[in-house]
Amino acid sequence: MTRLAVPKTYKLYIGGKFPRSESGRTYEVLSNSGEFLANAAMASRKDARDAVVAARSAVSGWSGATGYNRGQVLYRIAELLEGRRAQFVAEIRDVEGVSAAAASAQVDEAIDRWVWYAGWADKYVQVAGNANAVSGPYFNISVPEPTGVVAIVAPQDSSLLGLVSAVAPALVAGNTVVVIASEKLPLAAISLSEVLATSDVPGGVVNILTGSPAEIAPWLASHADVNAIDLVGAGSLDWISMQVAAADTLKRVFTPENGPDAAAPALGRITGFTETKTVWHTKGLI
Amino acid sequence: MSFLEYAPAPESQSILHLKSDYGLFIDGEFVEGQGTPFQTISPATEKHIANIAHASEADVDRAVAAARRAYDTTWSRMSGSDRGKYLFRIARLVQERARELAVAETLDNGKPIKESRDVDVPLVAAWFFYYAGWADKLDHAGLGANPASLGVAAQVIPWNFPLLMLAWKIAPALAAGNTVVIKPAETTSLSAMIFAEILQQADLPAGVVNIVTGAGETGSALVNHGDVNKVAFTGSTAVGRMIARSTAGTDKRLTLELGGKAANIVFDDAPIDQAIEGIVNGIFFNQGHVCCAGSRLLVQENIHDEVIERLKARLSTLRLGDPLDKNTDIGAINSREQLERIRELSDIGEQEGAERWTADCAIPENGFWFAPTIFTNVSTSNRIARDEVFGPVLSVLTFRTPAEAIAKANNTPYGLSAGIWTDKGSRILAVADKLRAGVIWANTFNRFDPASPFGGYKESGYGREGGRHGLAAYLKPAASASAIAAAPAKPVTAAKAQNASEGAAASARAASSVTAAKAKKASK
Amino acid sequence: MTGTQLIPTERALALIGGEPSDANLRRYLHGIPGVDAVGLEQRAAALGTRSVKTTSKAWALDTIIKLIDLTTLEGADTPGKVRSLVAKALTPDAGDPSCPRVAAVCVYGDMVPYAVAALGAAHGDPDKGGVSVAAVATAFPSGRASRSIKLEDTADAVRAGADEIDMVIDRGAFLSGRYGLVYDEIVAVKEACKRPDGSYAHLKVILETGELNTYDNVRRASWLAILAGADFIKTSTGKVAPAATLPVTLLMLEVVRDWYRLTGEKIGVKPAGGIRSSKDAIKYVVTVAETVGEEWLTPHLFRFGASSLLNDVLLQRQKMASGHYSGADYVTID
Repeated sequence: MTRLAVPKTYKLYIGGKFPRSESGRTYEVLSNSGEFLANAAMASRKDARDAVVAARSAVSGWSGATGYNRGQVLYRIAELLEGRRAQFVAEIRDVEGVSAAAASAQVDEAIDRWVWYAGWADKYVQVAGNANAVSGPYFNISVPEPTGVVAIVAPQDSSLLGLVSAVAPALVAGNTVVVIASEKLPLAAISLSEVLATSDVPGGVVNILTGSPAEIAPWLASHADVNAIDLVGAGSLDWISMQVAAADTLKRVFTPENGPDAAAPALGRITGFTETKTVWHTKGLI
Repeated sequence: MSFLEYAPAPESQSILHLKSDYGLFIDGEFVEGQGTPFQTISPATEKHIANIAHASEADVDRAVAAARRAYDTTWSRMSGSDRGKYLFRIARLVQERARELAVAETLDNGKPIKESRDVDVPLVAAWFFYYAGWADKLDHAGLGANPASLGVAAQVIPWNFPLLMLAWKIAPALAAGNTVVIKPAETTSLSAMIFAEILQQADLPAGVVNIVTGAGETGSALVNHGDVNKVAFTGSTAVGRMIARSTAGTDKRLTLELGGKAANIVFDDAPIDQAIEGIVNGIFFNQGHVCCAGSRLLVQENIHDEVIERLKARLSTLRLGDPLDKNTDIGAINSREQLERIRELSDIGEQEGAERWTADCAIPENGFWFAPTIFTNVSTSNRIARDEVFGPVLSVLTFRTPAEAIAKANNTPYGLSAGIWTDKGSRILAVADKLRAGVIWANTFNRFDPASPFGGYKESGYGREGGRHGLAAYLKPAASASAIAAAPAKPVTAAKAQNASEGAAASARAASSVTAAKAKKASK
Repeated sequence: MTGTQLIPTERALALIGGEPSDANLRRYLHGIPGVDAVGLEQRAAALGTRSVKTTSKAWALDTIIKLIDLTTLEGADTPGKVRSLVAKALTPDAGDPSCPRVAAVCVYGDMVPYAVAALGAAHGDPDKGGVSVAAVATAFPSGRASRSIKLEDTADAVRAGADEIDMVIDRGAFLSGRYGLVYDEIVAVKEACKRPDGSYAHLKVILETGELNTYDNVRRASWLAILAGADFIKTSTGKVAPAATLPVTLLMLEVVRDWYRLTGEKIGVKPAGGIRSSKDAIKYVVTVAETVGEEWLTPHLFRFGASSLLNDVLLQRQKMASGHYSGADYVTID
């Protein structure tokens, strides 16, 4: 006889914990063929607000860690993803309805992309920074620093790869993240949060919300304690209004990208959410 | 007679050959504007200097069309080395006409001649020299091989450093291969008009730089023009916000240098005499009309009284008066409107309970003047501790520990600059790490250099001007290069990789994933 | 501040907080805020850009002359050379009787009697129209001799009629941290400046800033000299490069200003060596006026140690009077 399965409860991931939505709402996640797969938490604006609070409080620790340390922590996530390959492949097949090979390829690429970004953590400063030869007795150096709290609307047509492509680069420099997962394909995102929770990533560094980007993203776009917003997956929403709202506090904005190559790996995805700080110091021998 | 009063030492105005009326500079020619011309006056005397043309929307359209034509037919096709040579020419001409430019700037802006002569104009020449050399080295700008220019840049600049801000905008734009339409501030168009003459002398191809004078609506027409590819603005955060809103959803690249409320942090082991000079320079340089001014003095509580006493003694030696006098330290406030704002905020400071002290100096009868003022007993919630006054007004707050200093310094929506004064090297580096500001001066203040990136965090704007970063703000990766991110990634188009950072207008836009594939020029 | 009621040594002890031992002095001197070289030099350069014209310039030129210690310090000095120097001091511009006299002549100790004799009735306080005699002492310029020789060198010059003693500090001792030794020596030399009537020759303490090298050292040595009883602090012997510079002089003026804030007592400053042009000297005058105030521009509080400066000032003075440029043959050599 067949064993009775134990279904998983998919919750939000905020501040290293797995709360339900404060609104008590859930929504049905369906397979590509329309079958019920799970109930996902439907995050509210208050959940988004809580996520920003968690992200803000994690900024100082995460951005203050050495690049070497962040690189190791990020690499560790790749290791854990590798260990859960089968789970992710299964979830992607379920929700996206793709072949095992395609699902595997997506997971592999996501893991490899994560590794690629992990390696940047102690290098992007060297590539994006400068020693400046100024005309005077000064030591002068420019270094990129994380901008702070980054809100992300993850690509909506990819379970894992799109999410990783947007989240990983934001983390490299030391930003903390509030990400709204793909509305229709949220299962891998929730599993990723389980990976994050068992990794060395401090609570609050990544906060994952499931639900309606159209409902939550505007709140993040106008939130004064969010420093940047990545609208990569907001192409089908009224993203221009969000960019306008983001202008109220001069947030840094990435605009939508569509297609399978959305959020393709690039150093620009790291440096785009950094601030260049230039420090002058006098040089005097006597 | 007191020796310290010094005999008058006015800089001669005979070097100026001003016209009574200045037109717009479009397509290499001075042309009349369609709007009603307005006067530019000397803020030190309120006397009329010249009439300035007022560009209408149609004038702006003409200017953008000229810039587009010049971009398509000339400038984007020219070799980098030839573009560089034009910029070198401009730099030399600025040096040759340096005194004239300095006198014009001081007359029109009200800043002391010693500043326009020793700071503004030399930096203008330096900016053109620096970026001239970049024009044929764009492969090294950090965007991979053969980066492409953006097209037509719309630039709007403020009145505090009229010519210097023009140089900050034009030099990197031209070096990168863009053409320019620039709008000077309404009250300070004069030096830009002399600069237009320099462009004619340099034989710069027509339309590469176009200068449209006017007020806010001219600037608005320019940044909202459908055929500009890049918008660069320096000015208030309020206007910067409007521009960010209006360019949302477009492909325009945006760089914003906005307001600031910089903390100048003085620890008890600071080199005290230099710190006092740094405080003075930080807030009273250019009458405090400086976005990165050290307007919040954070002084360690145990030396507060001593610092204030020394500061007051030093301020009492500052000489306020005729900006054209070579011994003037504090010139005129740029406009009546600005003077009223400074007065209003200072009055609020008093009402909120801060203690006001003003240097005892005679105020000239005509013109716009505000004596150096410091407020003690200021708390972080006072408006003079939060709002940008943009005038010679210093707010003094205290702290007890480095952590408190950092917390107070960062407690502002702005993040442009900061100062640190201490003899302890390790503390400088640690505090500099934790300050959320784009430019940090340690044991110095208000230093500028074309090689040094300048720009803010948070509501002080985004993007950097100066250095390699300032150049990259006018470039994009080669359009046709194929991006090989790393081993795992499937080849993706560079356009995608670059698109990733499109909206951010972040300074370092380096898409390292773009390999040095044979890149063709970006076709428009 | 109770210091003003105490005699100098007691006040120094109170400030130092104990005996003037190396350790106590180190604690005190190293507790003084440091100097940022770049900022100091920028401030000096900024003061140097003041534009001093017309009436201000005329006043400055006359003031400079009145503040000069006209100096000859050569191994080849003779009574004849000193007489010539004195004549120049008394009549700087033979063609202009309105030209003021210099403050003092500065010579080696053995030349003091000839200077005194040559001055005759004109020998006296510059504030009262006289010209003083300053003697370098304490094994000038190196200061490398035993204490007893230095004290006798000093006493000998005072006995011969020197009004002012320009001593050198022991730079070797200072640089090796033996602050107590430097302090004691200044105190002892000051005592050797005492005349039989109980009055003292004015003591100028030469720091030899070119050998102290760093601005922090100059600031500490300035404080040390003042604590020990210096009436004046002086930059240099003129025998070591760099001699006086504007930043060093500014720094010493800042110390003097801070001492005045602390005690109400005014100490003099003398830049010496390397100031040759009126243009440079005017920068010093500006720096004095804007750092400690115009009241310091008197012979008792500020001097230029110089020789060739005088003639350049005279050329400028003649230009201001006549409206055309003068030439070297229209001023006398000494």
